[in-house]
Amino acid sequence: MRRKVLLEHINVPDINKFDVYRSKGGYAAVEKALKTLTPEEIVEEVKKSGLRGRGGAGFPTGMKWSFLAKPEGVPRYLVCNADESEPGTFKDRFLMTKLPHLLIEGMIIGSFALGAKVSYIYVRGEMMPQIRILEKAIAEAKNAGFLGKNILGTGYDLELYVQPGGGAYICGEETALIESLEGKRGNPRIKPPFPAIAGLWGCPTVVNNVESIAAVVPIIRDGGEEYAKIGIGRSTGTKLISASGNLVKPGIYEIELGVPVEEFIYSDEYCGGIANGKRLKAVVAGGSSVPILPANLITKTINQEARLMSYESLSDGGFATGSMMGSGGFIAFDEDQCIVRNTWNFSRFYHHESCGQCSPCREGTGWMEKVLHRLEYGHGKLSDIDLLVDVSKKIEGNTICPLGDAAAWPVASAIRHFRDEFEWHVKEPRTCLERNYGLAHYADPLPKPEPALVG
Amino acid sequence: MPEEQLVKVNIDGIPVEVAAGTTILNAARQIGGDIVPPAMCYYSKLSGSGGKCRTCLVKVSKGSEKDPRPMPKLVASCRTTVMDGMEVQNITSAEVIEARKGIVEMLLLNHPLDCPICDQAGECSLQDLGYEHGAAKTRYEFERRQFERIDIGDKIQLHMTRCILCYRCVFVADQITDHRIHGILNRGDHSEISTYIHQAVDNDFSGNVIDVCPVGALTDKTFRFKNRVWFTKPVEAHRDCDKCCGKVTLWYKGEDVLRVTGRKDVYGEVEEFICNTCRFDQKKTVDWIIEGPRKVANTSVISSNHYDSLKPLPVIKKNLALQEANKEQLERYTRL
Repeated sequence: MRRKVLLEHINVPDINKFDVYRSKGGYAAVEKALKTLTPEEIVEEVKKSGLRGRGGAGFPTGMKWSFLAKPEGVPRYLVCNADESEPGTFKDRFLMTKLPHLLIEGMIIGSFALGAKVSYIYVRGEMMPQIRILEKAIAEAKNAGFLGKNILGTGYDLELYVQPGGGAYICGEETALIESLEGKRGNPRIKPPFPAIAGLWGCPTVVNNVESIAAVVPIIRDGGEEYAKIGIGRSTGTKLISASGNLVKPGIYEIELGVPVEEFIYSDEYCGGIANGKRLKAVVAGGSSVPILPANLITKTINQEARLMSYESLSDGGFATGSMMGSGGFIAFDEDQCIVRNTWNFSRFYHHESCGQCSPCREGTGWMEKVLHRLEYGHGKLSDIDLLVDVSKKIEGNTICPLGDAAAWPVASAIRHFRDEFEWHVKEPRTCLERNYGLAHYADPLPKPEPALVG
Repeated sequence: MPEEQLVKVNIDGIPVEVAAGTTILNAARQIGGDIVPPAMCYYSKLSGSGGKCRTCLVKVSKGSEKDPRPMPKLVASCRTTVMDGMEVQNITSAEVIEARKGIVEMLLLNHPLDCPICDQAGECSLQDLGYEHGAAKTRYEFERRQFERIDIGDKIQLHMTRCILCYRCVFVADQITDHRIHGILNRGDHSEISTYIHQAVDNDFSGNVIDVCPVGALTDKTFRFKNRVWFTKPVEAHRDCDKCCGKVTLWYKGEDVLRVTGRKDVYGEVEEFICNTCRFDQKKTVDWIIEGPRKVANTSVISSNHYDSLKPLPVIKKNLALQEANKEQLERYTRL
């Protein structure tokens, strides 16, 4: 069994209660941080750990913390982004349901490191049970003296609030989240200024994902160097992967970064292979926004190396033959799944969730959805495929926030790798309504790379 | 106070020195001409506007003298401030032209293109933009979104179908009027400008939403379907007004004032906002002190009917003898 850092005590009964969590060594990291470390030392530890943001972008958390502006007399805020709504990602909900105190402990350490006196956990509106769990846990922590005035007699005050969102995907974008937290319409702001300079109520703000904040607890408890020993290369530590789709054992897995993708899919320790003895057709490796890859490219990179579950290896090959770690929403598709239908479904989601502020995303997402709908139901044209590529290019990079890119990538990558299937939908309009394209050549071994010319 | 700091910027190969903190768009406007990026949502008189329509995207090929790296993506020139030594490409970059073409296509995607019956035609930013950067044919083959027309107050009509969601009117309501009751409802391509439970917009300065609207989504009900703008003649006039500056443009057809608007510059922005009394209630020549004809750029369709250019003919203007001979006729032209 490999090391678990976040989910070590996940199977202890009543671990969501304060006393049980405390008896398992909980809140020791808070004591260590507040009593023996300075805020700068904590930031330094997090930097040493190499922890990268777990929300999708993979930006080093320690760096983000050190960028925070610290003007005199202006409050600073730490906001936890629990607006998890990416299709295929459900790790934060699990973490908050089972281990609310881990998040709260991380929030206390993080707030202390950043000098925040008030911190927020912005939870997606649909997660009402988790909001109640968190509020109960905060009350317990407050009773035990870990929140409120003069925590553990160190003179540090912290108020922690849970704020339910309205349930919009766009509010997971940090500036839209800040707008929403301020009580406004959740439209992303135009950057710069970045939240580290002017965020919540114009004050310096750090927005971190639930998992990133939770990971701060083991980093402080065991030291940043100890944490950095786990993982591979610049992908240090462990990552929660939400595995879903046609797998024998879908669910949340805490992996050490660097596990081979093949092992993650087929070993009994993790997903246990493809359900019902089918063959793997495609994988979305990091939540719906990242490029989809066919079976042969997800297990091997284009250079015939084994692909690993790490930030670098998953993005090996760029967008031509690679994907991204994203938020760790691992969706597996077996041979019976229709990629066109799946792409349409993703596209429908982005159309529904676009905030409508900037024109390429507002109009383009709807357009792509309609064209994909037409292709899926067998009345598309061959020119539609190139049209989709063109529209996705016009959206990508031209929008205020990354939602435009997130809407464009799945469409562009599906066409890049599964063009035959799209064309089949046009050429066989009747058959495509009765059966799916099947596996075709998508799991065939990759061609050997050309040997380098010598001389 | 320290002397204002000047920074050097280079836009499409043309160097210009502007005050630090100026946006790329405003720096380009100081140069003027073809290199000015088009802007549909930015409005210099409304703080916080811009960044939304993405038509003003430009390429920053050199960040600054200190950090010469180019910016990775195209940036919205209306919201990006210049740095010393920055090099910007607008019409010299194929990437920008291509992106802009895409944006125009997106903006026109759900636009009804009902210009023949739209009051804004002739002074519509989207029309100009489409003419300059758009394609002749659309690739969109689906039904366009439609909304019911609603009246916001007795003087303003909202035709949401034509809206491009530039948010300018929301900023006007926020910054010019004393309380805002209209805003954006819903999200994505269902977003609409609306008032909460169809409340009337009733405020001394609410009429300015008509002037700032770049398309025909917000129109003046006292002018609707009265005339095409290129048949009317703009005349500058002013009056003593206790609410606003009182400096307006009157739009004449024959002897009648058909509508009153603020004075719009070449970028379609009013010089000063005017109040509803001036705009809606003062429609007689006697209410106003006439200053003279309003200059209209000769690229504008409005100038096609402009008495200033052809009547009297340039040859007559130059020749005193001819002026004397045509005295009676000239008086008839200039009387209005």
